[in-house]
Order: sequence, then C-alpha cells, then structure tokens
Amino acid sequence: MAPINGSDTAWLLVATALVLMMTPALGFFYGGMVRAKNALNTLMMSFSALGFVGLAWAFFGYSVAFGHSSQWCGGGQYFFLRSVGLDAQGTIPHILFFAYQGTFAIITAALISGAIVERMRFGAYIAFITLWSLLVYAPIAHWVWGGGWLGKMGALDFAGGTVVHINAAAGALVCAVLVGSRKDYARQAILPQNVPFTLLGAGLLWVGWFGFNGGSALAANGTAALAFVNTMLAPTATLVVWTMLDLVRTKKATAIGAATGIVVGLVAITPAAGFISPISAIILGAIAAIPSYYALLFRASTRLDDSLDVIAAHGVGGVVGALLTGVLAQKSWNDAGSDGVIAGNWHQLGVQAIAVVTTIVYSAVVTFLVVKLVAFVIPLRADARDEGLGLDVTQHGEEAYSHGEGAILVLDGRSD
Amino acid sequence: MKLVVAVIRPDRLTSVLEALFRADVKGLTLSRVQGHGGETERVETYRGTTVKMELSDKVRLEIGVSDHFVDTTVDAILQGARTGEVGDGKIFVLPVERIVRIRTGEKDRAAVTPVGVPAG
Repeated sequence: MAPINGSDTAWLLVATALVLMMTPALGFFYGGMVRAKNALNTLMMSFSALGFVGLAWAFFGYSVAFGHSSQWCGGGQYFFLRSVGLDAQGTIPHILFFAYQGTFAIITAALISGAIVERMRFGAYIAFITLWSLLVYAPIAHWVWGGGWLGKMGALDFAGGTVVHINAAAGALVCAVLVGSRKDYARQAILPQNVPFTLLGAGLLWVGWFGFNGGSALAANGTAALAFVNTMLAPTATLVVWTMLDLVRTKKATAIGAATGIVVGLVAITPAAGFISPISAIILGAIAAIPSYYALLFRASTRLDDSLDVIAAHGVGGVVGALLTGVLAQKSWNDAGSDGVIAGNWHQLGVQAIAVVTTIVYSAVVTFLVVKLVAFVIPLRADARDEGLGLDVTQHGEEAYSHGEGAILVLDGRSD
Repeated sequence: MKLVVAVIRPDRLTSVLEALFRADVKGLTLSRVQGHGGETERVETYRGTTVKMELSDKVRLEIGVSDHFVDTTVDAILQGARTGEVGDGKIFVLPVERIVRIRTGEKDRAAVTPVGVPAG
C-alpha cells in the first residue's frame, strides 16, 4: 500500500473544506429563489443537512458506501467510524477520505430540497434526507466508487454526475410528485425574494466545485489540474450559451438565468472533469446549456412543481454530462479512464447509458419507499394555513426579515 | 360615493385582486401595513431572546366606488379574503365628500367610473 503523501493530503484537506462550503452556498442559491416568508426554511433545508446527513454518514453511511462486502452494498466494518484511522487510503489518511466523501453525501441530499421547498413539513424533510442518504445515496456511491458493479463495468463518473446529480434529480422528481404542488403554484405568481442571494450562491458553488471535481482525483497531480481547469472552462461556455438563449428568447440577459447556467455547466462537467480535454470541456459545457434551458421552460408549463428545477438543472444536465463523458473521454488525457466515441470506442457510451438508467430507476424506486415510510409517521406537508403564513414563522419561529415593531420581550418565560 | 377600505391577509391579496377584477372593480390603492386583529400572537425566538409578535403583516386596500358598486366590491373582497380563521381582516365602508380624477378634472361619480364605461 502506498504511503501517505503530503501534497495529496494538503490538497484534499482544502478540497474537503471547499465541498463543505457548497451546501451553505446551495442554501443561498435556493433561498434567493423562494418567497421571503420561506427564506429561512429553504436555507435551513441545506444547513440542517450538514448536521443530520453528516452524522448519519459518520455512523452508517460511510460504511454502506465504502465498506467491503458485496458489489451491491458495503459492509458494516466502518459503522461508527470503527477502524477509520490515520492509515493510508490511497495516498491520504483514511479519516480524510471519509470526511471528503461525507461532504458529497451532504450536498446530494440537500439538492433534493429544491423540489419541495415552500410546503414540506420540516420534520418530515429531516427524516427523509437522513434516511435517503443511507438507503439511496450510500448504495449508489458504493456501486460507482466503493468497488461496486458500475465501477467494475467501467462506468466513468469522475466526481459524481450519476451518484450525486442524476441520483438527486430522480429523488427530487419522486418527492415533487408525492409531496404535491405548492397551493399557490400555477395560481399566482411566485417570485424570487432575493436574486442577489441566488447569484451569491451560484458563485460560491462554482468556487466549491473546484474542490468537488479537482479533489476527486484524490491526489495533487495532473488529473486534479485537468479536472480543476475543466471545472473552470465548462461553465464559462454554459454561461455564454445560456445568456445567448436568454437574449434570443426574451431580449434580456437574466441574472437568474446566469446563475442557473453556471450550475448546469458545473453539473454537466462533473462526471467528465478528469477524463476529457479542456477543449472538449468547453464543447460539453456549451452543449449542456441547451437541453436544460428548454427542459426548464417546459417544466414551468406543466403541473409538476419541481419548484427550483432540480430535474432540469441536475437531472438533464447530469444525463447530458454522463453521456458526453462517454463521447469525449480520451485515455491520452487520463490513463485511468477510457476512450470515448471520439477515440472510436462506442462501447463506453453504452456503459454510461446503463449507469444513468440504473441510477434513475434505483433512486426513483427507493426514494418512493422512503417518502412513503416517512409519510406513515409524519405528515409530509405543512398545514395549508401554515403554508399561507410561510414556513419561517410556522416551522422555525423566526423571520428572515423581521421588523421588530410590535415585538414584546418575553422575560424568563413570563409573558408580562 | 363610498370609500371601501379593506385590511386583509397578504397571502390572500392575489385572490382578492382576482375577485375584484372579475367583478369589474378596476381602480384601487394598496399599502402594506401591520396590524393586530385578535389573532393569537406568534412567539419567535432569536438565540436567547424570545418575543411575542403582536403585529402581523396585512395589506390595506382603498377603493373609491359609486354607491351601486359597494355591495359588489364588498362581496368580492369577502370571497377572496376569507379563510375562516381569526385574522382575516375587516372591511370598512366610508362616505366620501368629493372625488376628482386628476387627469381630466372629472368629479365624483364620473371620477370613479372606469374609462370607457358610461357613468350611469
């Protein structure tokens, strides 16, 4: 076994912090797009994942994903961090590998919140994402990265296009259907409360994504540099194409469009980051803008209240990225990868498609079961009255933008 | 002529506006206000500070109408604003001394009749 390498460890320490930051960033990205009365609730859906999913990962999730057992599911040897120590996992300390992977589990669960904001009961949400991270995320992570069957079959997923984004989007679709639309959806205009928050979130997500993709090399080497540079280039192309599409359709370059374009580009490059050339990354980013842009317009015309378009951004963007990885991958850029269609290997595209389809099917089916299980114990939705008043006051007893007028101080529990 | 003043819940505003426009009530003024209407106060906690919020956000509508439109207007507001819970708000109907439309100088009933509808 290779000894622990100092530079690899240093880079992964930084990368872990960067990916952890993506979850609060996602909170701001989402929180800007809801109404002011639900701003804190939406932010809390991301922040609470840091706690609940993080803990579930430490106790059980890591072992299910990266324990050694069958190729379908990890074993229990790492439950409660047993035998996760300072020994080398690859060339970094095992505990660091555990923490780095934990940040992925956290953000994947938080991504789903975009489909159910503004109406889901907070307790039900917490129970759902915690169970989901163990029963859906951890097994799929095992299939691809933990020595499972998709990885063995040769599916290329550099940093989590299927494991994170397609998986979260399939879960989001099921959640949006089972939880149901917001009561005001398609009845009245629901406008974003703070577009600058959304841009702030998108910017911080981009920065964090350098850790997400660059760190997935699990080393400070050329592949990390390739993934890092591709993470810079692909969203630049998506942002430009998205803005062009906006200009052609509405004659205005919208700010929320720019934020969304950045995220779609980041999602699409995720599976490909360490396997394709920088020019291919630009092509991939440019192409990825188009299906997501129109998927988003189409979704808004349907009854499906995927409120913050998890499916259009992460699902469609993720599928496009996963398939284009099978087209654009080149062994000349990464020995550990494979050749794609441009290098004459059509087989890789088929493998990518299998990974996409099985992830969608497994995630959708098990998400359905988890939601039903939670619904059996806790009602999924807030009361209609609470939904009208806003979830900040009714679920959290706080307001994002409180006035202070008419607030009477309660001293020591006395209400005089 | 009457001035109809309604204080309603902010989240019922859209349905009230829809009901008013359906009833052909087209001129109105809206302000965001805070008030207390007997609803149970909300308790909020910010770290160690616990407060009772005595005031809730409300929307105040002011609508100048001619006499025979008062009932239509009141009915539309009732239909759009009622949830059945304490805190739905109030409607006040006040007498009005004079109304002048600034653009034309039209007075009273003509001033509150929408453009294109004969004042009758």
